[in-house]
Amino acid sequence: MTISTQTLLVNGKNFTINADPNMPVLWALRDIIGLSGTKFGCGSGLCGACTIHVDGAPMRGCLTSLKQVVGKQVTTIEGVEAAQLRAKWAEYNVPQCGYCQAGQIMSAAALLATTPTPTDGQIDEAMAGNICRCGTYPRIKAAIKAAATENAEA
Amino acid sequence: MTTFTAVENISRRDVLKLFGAAGGGLALGATGLAWSPMALAQDNQAMMNLFIAIGEDNKVYLTCHRSEMGQGIRTGIPQILADELEADWDNVVVIQGLADKRYGSQNTDGSRSIRKHYTRMRQMGAVARTMLEQTAAAKWQVPVSEVYAKSSKVFHKSSNKSLTFGELALDAGKQTVPAIESVRLKSDSDFTHIGQSKTIVDMQDMLNGKAIYGYDIKLDGMVYASISRPPVLGSDVASLDDTEARKVVGVIDVIQLPVPKGAPLFQALGGVAVIATNTWSAMQGRKALKLTWTASVNDRHDTDKYMAELVAKVKTPGKVMRQLGDSVQKWPKESTLNAVYTVPYLTHAMMEPPVATANVTAQGCELWSSTQTPQSTQQTVAAALGLQEDNVKVNVTLLGGGFGRKSKPDFSVEAAMLSQRLNKPVKVSWTREDEIQHGYYHAISAQFYQAKFDGNNKVDALLARTGFPSISSTFAEGVEMPSAGELDLGFTDVPLALPQIRLEAVKAVARTRIGWMRSVCNIQHAFGIGSFVDELAVKAQKPCIQMWREMLGAPRKETFADQGFSYGNYGEELADHPVDVARYHHLLDVMEASLAKQPKVAKNQGWGFAIHRSFVSYVAVATLVEVVDNKLQVLKSIAAIDAGLVVNPDRVKSQTEGAIIFGLTLAMMGEISFKDGKVTQSNFHDYPLLRLPQCPDIEVILVESNAKPAGVGEPGVPPVAPSLTNAIFAATGVRYRDLPLNKVLSV
Repeated sequence: MTISTQTLLVNGKNFTINADPNMPVLWALRDIIGLSGTKFGCGSGLCGACTIHVDGAPMRGCLTSLKQVVGKQVTTIEGVEAAQLRAKWAEYNVPQCGYCQAGQIMSAAALLATTPTPTDGQIDEAMAGNICRCGTYPRIKAAIKAAATENAEA
Repeated sequence: MTTFTAVENISRRDVLKLFGAAGGGLALGATGLAWSPMALAQDNQAMMNLFIAIGEDNKVYLTCHRSEMGQGIRTGIPQILADELEADWDNVVVIQGLADKRYGSQNTDGSRSIRKHYTRMRQMGAVARTMLEQTAAAKWQVPVSEVYAKSSKVFHKSSNKSLTFGELALDAGKQTVPAIESVRLKSDSDFTHIGQSKTIVDMQDMLNGKAIYGYDIKLDGMVYASISRPPVLGSDVASLDDTEARKVVGVIDVIQLPVPKGAPLFQALGGVAVIATNTWSAMQGRKALKLTWTASVNDRHDTDKYMAELVAKVKTPGKVMRQLGDSVQKWPKESTLNAVYTVPYLTHAMMEPPVATANVTAQGCELWSSTQTPQSTQQTVAAALGLQEDNVKVNVTLLGGGFGRKSKPDFSVEAAMLSQRLNKPVKVSWTREDEIQHGYYHAISAQFYQAKFDGNNKVDALLARTGFPSISSTFAEGVEMPSAGELDLGFTDVPLALPQIRLEAVKAVARTRIGWMRSVCNIQHAFGIGSFVDELAVKAQKPCIQMWREMLGAPRKETFADQGFSYGNYGEELADHPVDVARYHHLLDVMEASLAKQPKVAKNQGWGFAIHRSFVSYVAVATLVEVVDNKLQVLKSIAAIDAGLVVNPDRVKSQTEGAIIFGLTLAMMGEISFKDGKVTQSNFHDYPLLRLPQCPDIEVILVESNAKPAGVGEPGVPPVAPSLTNAIFAATGVRYRDLPLNKVLSV
């Protein structure tokens, strides 16, 4: 393993960092770039707390290495355009401890980007990879459904 | 830019009037510290008391001295303060309190933040309001009876002239603090903030990724540690080869930590720490360590064998903890029912694993910790480092969940010890594997229940025994019996009205660290009694709710007098928080009415019911399941909660929703097992948590009550598991008495 200069495009900004190209994006974001909104939960792609978008697709930041995102656009909770979802999250008072919510919103935003009016089954499928230990699932689902309803009417 | 700024104390040039636990007096150096940088902007402000400061710009700084872990306490405590203060909610800035004894207990567990602090927070608000009113009255030269505060202003009744809190603050801060007994508290009907479903104060930060949790702390010059801890409690490093670890890019150092002797307490577990320039390098370096461990007395701990022994023990007589009436001599087979229920070890699995950052300098130790208990963190770290407690400053971050795990400050001790060794700030980040394999576990347990029917199809005798390694074993060596305090949690305190009751506890030796997890021993005890009452109902061919009515008996305030049992009642006086059978009955009625409105169940479906009082609140849960081809789907949960007066109804509902999901998770899939003294599970693939598609529709009925505020965070959990297994019985005719269900059902 060696350190080399990496260029990373995050939320539309270029960052040049010295790091091992095998380093997961999660840790480069958190410890080097200083964007701590993307959370560590399991390190194994099992909980979704570290969900980011790579060229718009939801990815687990803990399993995605720096070399895998070369030349690609990385989006984090700090930069994602999700005003509608944030408004619904606030309206339904979704968060409890809030720790997993960045990942939840990133997964929901990726779903709505491709499927603006998801069915219950599509919501279940898209959100199944995001664990919330506080148990905010009913409100997450309600918030996404409210956004979907709004999208259907638009 | 990304550095977490240490915030200095709120302006020292103000007169700081304090009356904390000591009551009255003048002191300097108040610490209404926030990790919220907004506090920095303020300078010209008056500290009205330990919890309230008001700025010249009309901002109202309210200190929350309890830890936020999802229960909404950073909103709830300020709601109470603001209400009596008559503050405009829009002007409120919430400050997070440091570890400070003057606040009283800050240990945020036991579902007691509101029930233990409600009155005091009201008094704090009322005292500050009185000082503002007196100041305005003096300025206008009118009697204080002619002025009143409202929406962050003080008004003169007849002239309607007014002054803002900001205009009054600095003078008000110089007022003599009125005696608490002399201030007027509002009547409940005049509340403006209490009882309102305020949005949580951290909402926007949480949605934007800006909320700061323990894992997010970053200090200048900080290094990152990942620690390999002894896999069996009591073992130590036998050999260490760190050659490869030191070659990992980013690794700075490898440091061996001592393994503590004696009872585990809150001590660091010891092991080997890899220090690096970032978290990932520390984790990578740790994987490259070559380690062997010494033998331990706990090497042979095997949960299959341990559980078999526990089950055998609860079938034989134990120590009597409560007895009513004479012991039953004969248990005729045809009129007797018995059963044994088991619950495995469980762990907290909060989304944010334990994490703390420490900076030890010649001046002392400063910590930023994701802790439920800043004062025990302060005490334990001071002891470990040989410092005075006053020289350990503990900043409390937001907690990414806690559930009791973060009431144990072992991880903060690790960070402090490493920072002392390295002379620089150190962050210790636990991995998920660390969290699952080095917990303070919810105890493995077995419960035996036996009851006898009289000639009229009524239960007339109950014998029950419980066995589990005690939490006390974490704090003292040689403990072999559950403590009375643990038995109070849903075992000895169930107010059944039967002619004969005999409740016993049996011995169990701890082989790992035993801790408390959301609702603690109520988990196994509610599973036992909640299942058994349903089994009795089935035998008697009565609805479960009716069986509870009969067994609870007439509405009364149960005192357990003359039963060889002194009830701890969660630290509350029975006069304030009686064991009120009428409140049980009311919940039974509420749930019966709610269930009557539900559609008829389809084939393979069934409802189950359970009720439980814990943390001086009452919760009834009904669960609807469907079981097809051995596949369990939970379709609906209804919870009715009577928690007395509630401060923020929406947060009570959200806590109860979360409690349902926590209870379903433990019943359906929760199990920590040990083999050769080591935890078998390691991450969410083998310690799964309920996921969104497995989550039922949840309805929470908040029962109106004028009783004193009671616990909220935990009481929803205990009745969930029995209501679930009772529902499965209703759907299938199969009774499950051993958790978790995923051993026998697909979930």
